[in-house]
Amino acid sequence: MFRHFIRLQWKSFVRSASFKTEIWFKILMALGAIYFLLVFLSLGVGSYFIIEKAGLGDPLRVVNRFMIYYLAFDLYLRYMLQKMPVMNIRPLLYLPFKKSEVVRYSLGKTLLSFFNISHAFFFIPFSIVLLVKGYPVLSVLGWHLACFALIFANNFLNILINNVDRIFYPLILVLALLGVAQYYGWFDVTAYTAPVFDLFYDQPWTALLPWVLLVVAAVSAFRYFKKHLYLDAGLSTKQEVGRTEDYTWLNRFGNMGTFLKNDIKLIKRNKRSRTTVLVSFLFLFYGFFFFTGSVEAYDNPAMQVFAGIFVSGGFLFTFGQYVPSWDSAYYPLMMSQNIRYREYLNSKWWLIVIATLVSTVLAVFYLYFGWKAYLAIIVGAIYNLGINSYLVLWGGAYIKTPIDLGSNKKAFGDKQAFNGKTLLLILPKLLLPILVYLLGDWLWNETAGYLLVALFGILGFSFKDRVFQLIEKIYKKEKYKTLLAYKQKGA
Amino acid sequence: MILAENLSKTYGTQTVLNIDNLEIPKGQSFGLVGNNGAGKTTLFSLLLDLIEPTSGKITNQGVEVRTSEAWKPFTSAFIDESFLIGYLTPEEYFYFIGELRGQSRADVDALLANFEDFFHGEILAQKKYLRDLSKGNQKKVGIVASLIGSPEVVILDEPFANLDPTTQIRLKKVIKELADQREVTVLVSSHDLIHVTEVCERIVVLQKGEVVRDIKTTPETLRELEDFFENQLA
Repeated sequence: MFRHFIRLQWKSFVRSASFKTEIWFKILMALGAIYFLLVFLSLGVGSYFIIEKAGLGDPLRVVNRFMIYYLAFDLYLRYMLQKMPVMNIRPLLYLPFKKSEVVRYSLGKTLLSFFNISHAFFFIPFSIVLLVKGYPVLSVLGWHLACFALIFANNFLNILINNVDRIFYPLILVLALLGVAQYYGWFDVTAYTAPVFDLFYDQPWTALLPWVLLVVAAVSAFRYFKKHLYLDAGLSTKQEVGRTEDYTWLNRFGNMGTFLKNDIKLIKRNKRSRTTVLVSFLFLFYGFFFFTGSVEAYDNPAMQVFAGIFVSGGFLFTFGQYVPSWDSAYYPLMMSQNIRYREYLNSKWWLIVIATLVSTVLAVFYLYFGWKAYLAIIVGAIYNLGINSYLVLWGGAYIKTPIDLGSNKKAFGDKQAFNGKTLLLILPKLLLPILVYLLGDWLWNETAGYLLVALFGILGFSFKDRVFQLIEKIYKKEKYKTLLAYKQKGA
Repeated sequence: MILAENLSKTYGTQTVLNIDNLEIPKGQSFGLVGNNGAGKTTLFSLLLDLIEPTSGKITNQGVEVRTSEAWKPFTSAFIDESFLIGYLTPEEYFYFIGELRGQSRADVDALLANFEDFFHGEILAQKKYLRDLSKGNQKKVGIVASLIGSPEVVILDEPFANLDPTTQIRLKKVIKELADQREVTVLVSSHDLIHVTEVCERIVVLQKGEVVRDIKTTPETLRELEDFFENQLA
């Protein structure tokens, strides 16, 4: 039986479209993977020394203190992003497999998920550093195994509470409040939780407890699943309650308002686009690498311009590069209706503009790192508005990946987003502002560099019409190809 | 009037459509039948400029669809679910199409009121997004949306499929009413010979991309079509 499952899995893996890609892209992807691997590894190794250098005390104790938040955040990410194993087992239901086998297989599959494996990149190097630093072997082992069990317990916990918002949101809310309370020094929950994690280290045998928890979680997930293995129970897909919304205040924008209304609903009501908004929110914090001085290579104004582009441009990059693919599911409708591309594009452009402005305002906390840090972000935002907002739409015209709005597949990047043309367009998006800055810096001084970048952005506004005309032309020229590409769903 | 001249569509070595000359006068109710792969959807897609012809051209009321977009304001279609926006409620979808076709909310509401019967209380105010409606109900939405803004050419691909018997009967009434307005050209494809002979005044049979029968509907037409398709089995 298991043989069948493995074979199905293997086929679904090798036949997935992402595997059929050009060789140079595979190399590029491998390089990217290695890069991130190294970054995580160095974080795992480095975190010990970073904490030590910061003088916060014994690194292990510090990690233990924040472990509760780490686990909570892990659970949060899983709840939002980890896909449940139920989707592919529907066709297996009426075949002669025992139910328990189907359940065991799909639960087993989740163990290999990225959400579990990725933690190894922190815990393994960190534990090794502890050992090298002369922490007692048995204690480190106990602590390590306990954490290991807790992470996997999270895996099953997530399966159990999946789609039960009334458990999940209160849980996260409580933890978030605790976090706030700790920050302001009202109440420190870690005073109570840290000793628990310390215990795994101080008394290694207690590491058995999380393992018991893991087994309990796994068994209950198994039971729960088996009991609900019906199309209208555990395997049903959740339906949202539909609400008709008018947004009449957008009527004043005329035809563009029509599209704007649709785009807002698009973003609000689809999983994939909501994830995109979440990711673009995370971009806000990318600047920490640059402005805190934690990475030496980044600690110069030129790189901070680079950071400014990213901090304010999260939505611009994550949403903009997939215009018009967001409308791929109903592109034939759009193409047979009386639609002016200009208004369509304008609507998307305004969304990007609004999001960029909001990001810039939200990023105000960077003032903490000095006014220059925030200046870099404002300058980046102006450049984003004036130049990158068109470039990203232009690049999007060449990307013909259908987007499945209902799933998060490929939410973190897609091979087609990296074709030659879009790669070429990255240069003016990211490198040009740095060069412009360096020019200003070289001719006059730092501030002049910033101002020059901003000036470029402002000048960019005058090209809006030209670029939109160009994009329209591409849309028209590539219409049939795009329609064909969007037809190939799940590709 | 819709006119297809020397129209062909080829994928690789396979010709999926090859029509020398096909003329559909304005106001005609036109039925297209044929087995799977006969080229029905291909013809409709060409008419909507969703695919590019390999040779020849197709004009819609004098507008060559490939070179001009002037046919869009007076043409509407429902081909498949790719004409629906899954994350909208039916009402929002109707208003969206209405706005694109220059119709006010009141216009759309007035039109929808005529279809209360057709909707059978399963479409409006259901608190559901289109993606969560059943296939049949989605089809109802798509068909009615294609009637918004008094189009002069209405193209419906397989409108009877997935509909329950009651709705099929109601749809026939809707199409007949549409066909009675002499200025509206209705193009319908179907696998159901009975339905199509009932609503269309002219029926064209496609086979492997070619027009093999072009019949003016009479009481004998159904028999004739059944004979034709029965002989295909042999």
